[in-house]
Amino acid sequence: MSVVLEARNLNKSFGSVVAANDINVTVNRAERLGLIGTNGAGKTTFVNIVTGYIKPDSGAITLEGRDITACEPRVITKEGVCRSFQVPQLFLTLTTAQNLAVAIGIAQGQAFSPYATIDDAMAEAIDALLERFRLGDYRDQTVSELPGGVRKLIDIAVAVTRKPKVLLLDEPTSGVAAEQKFALMDIIMSALDSDVTVLFVEHDMDIVSRYAQRVLAFYDGRIIADDLPQAVLENQTVKMHITGTAG
Amino acid sequence: MSSRYAIPLLAALTLVILVVLGKLLPAWCVFLLVTAFAKGLAALGLVLIIRSGLLSFGQGLFYCAGGYGAGLFMLWGGVHDAALLVLAGGLVALVLGAVIAPLLAGYRSIFFATLTLALSMLAHGALTKADFLGGSDGLNLRPPSFIGFQPANSTESVYALYVFACILVVVFSLACRVHFNSVRGLLSLAVRDNEIRVEYLGSSVRRVISENFTAAAFLGGIGGALNAIAVAHIDPELAFWTTSGEFVFVAILSGYLSVAAVFASSIALEFIRSFSSQYFPNAWQMSLGIFMLASILFLPNGIGGLLQRRKKRMKGNKPA
Ligand SMILES: Nc1ncnc2c1ncn2[C@@H]1O[C@H](COP(=O)(O)OP(=O)(O)OP(=O)(O)O)[C@@H](O)[C@H]1O
Ligand SMILES: [Mg+2]
Repeated sequence: MSVVLEARNLNKSFGSVVAANDINVTVNRAERLGLIGTNGAGKTTFVNIVTGYIKPDSGAITLEGRDITACEPRVITKEGVCRSFQVPQLFLTLTTAQNLAVAIGIAQGQAFSPYATIDDAMAEAIDALLERFRLGDYRDQTVSELPGGVRKLIDIAVAVTRKPKVLLLDEPTSGVAAEQKFALMDIIMSALDSDVTVLFVEHDMDIVSRYAQRVLAFYDGRIIADDLPQAVLENQTVKMHITGTAG
Repeated sequence: MSSRYAIPLLAALTLVILVVLGKLLPAWCVFLLVTAFAKGLAALGLVLIIRSGLLSFGQGLFYCAGGYGAGLFMLWGGVHDAALLVLAGGLVALVLGAVIAPLLAGYRSIFFATLTLALSMLAHGALTKADFLGGSDGLNLRPPSFIGFQPANSTESVYALYVFACILVVVFSLACRVHFNSVRGLLSLAVRDNEIRVEYLGSSVRRVISENFTAAAFLGGIGGALNAIAVAHIDPELAFWTTSGEFVFVAILSGYLSVAAVFASSIALEFIRSFSSQYFPNAWQMSLGIFMLASILFLPNGIGGLLQRRKKRMKGNKPA
């Protein structure tokens, strides 16, 4: 098993709030990691630090052994770490297809030639991606008019246009009705290549046990458990602080 | 017909219609169209900036740079060919824009707008003091020639200038239309919509903004140079905030969706100015204000939005 991503002794405080408290994680290639924890536990902060949006007060992130701690999000993205957001970050006035066109254009490096139009090859790539994420029906609809669940999918679809090594999904099923969560996760997981390393933040423990091979439990900026899903969910501290099933 | 050729064909057709129209219209009207085209080109540049979510209040700086670039190329360089002069004006503005753009690309909203305004006012102030450039009176230019053709009288000269202006308008409109449809064109809108996502896709927002600003400077310079050879005069007023304000007005009236709308707005503004200064000489600003209010109230997406809506409706009515 080869290590793809490593976080060492990460610390980050916002004023008196400690959002990351000595975080240590080693992630292997093609692993599927679930990140759990109550509101404000530091899950998004972790994702933000890994992707360069927030600089840690101390500690380091390495990708395949290279230190990326000081890099800008743009650089880290190019290195192969891509993400989706808790609140989807999309181009709201553009259509689904146009959102993907921008993403593919940037990924393939033609976004800066002033007259490169959406040619047949790109149209094909867009359609393939729409197909993979079951977004075909929304192709030419403006994103601002689409429901939250669809936006979540588009947010992930644009994130994978670079064929990332590591993909971080921040609450991919939030804002979606409980009975639709599994269907949504099925679409997402089957759309991803099997060699992609996936870290996903999730509140629903059924989803976590089904889709994660390993779980990180966050509490108060710390990682209080890092193990197989079953072991983490049966951990007493996790039960007490996160799942609330202790007793 | 393949859509690939639709736009160039439409452009060629427009050029033919404009050239014929120029023969039929009275000379004052033709001349008015030339000035409207010059301002429209500068406003078209501003539209490029607006598409990336920013507003420049200093487009006049490049209009002025283009004017002085062309003017001095004529007076000091002895060049009289309209095409060369306009190209020189465009290049001077382009270089100036390329130097300023990276400094501005880190600013947003009101700060960006104010900085551009400040820079143009700085240039205005400096030019008023520069006696070797004619100070606040500016400099008078000589009539241009057109690829060896020297118009014999003023009617001929106005028409030649008009045809030349039409070619510029059609060429740059075509370039902008194709660009707006391109992936890079979408990237501008993407920056306007969500900078975070653009960076998280691996692209540089600063680069997008810098490039758009520089391209806008070039178009501003082309417009300024055209205006300079048309009125045969340059002065610091070109960089004054009221000039920039007119471009903002035209760009807002047109919206960012349509290239044709930019020139339609520019022509509308020139006609309003010309009529109201003739019939209500003291109330021209007021007519402009009323016109602006009405356009913001009734055309929130500008004239371009109106055109787009019609297009959509026509598409919607088509049987599947
Ligand atoms: N940019 C910031 N400025 C100030 N405080 C912040 C910032 N980002 C996060 N925090 C604080 O850090 C703590 C951890 O926040 P974080 O967003 O990482 O939690 P989370 O685990 O993602 O929670 P949720 O499940 O609600 O998304 C919270 O107390 C939050 O208020
Ligand atoms: Mg969060």
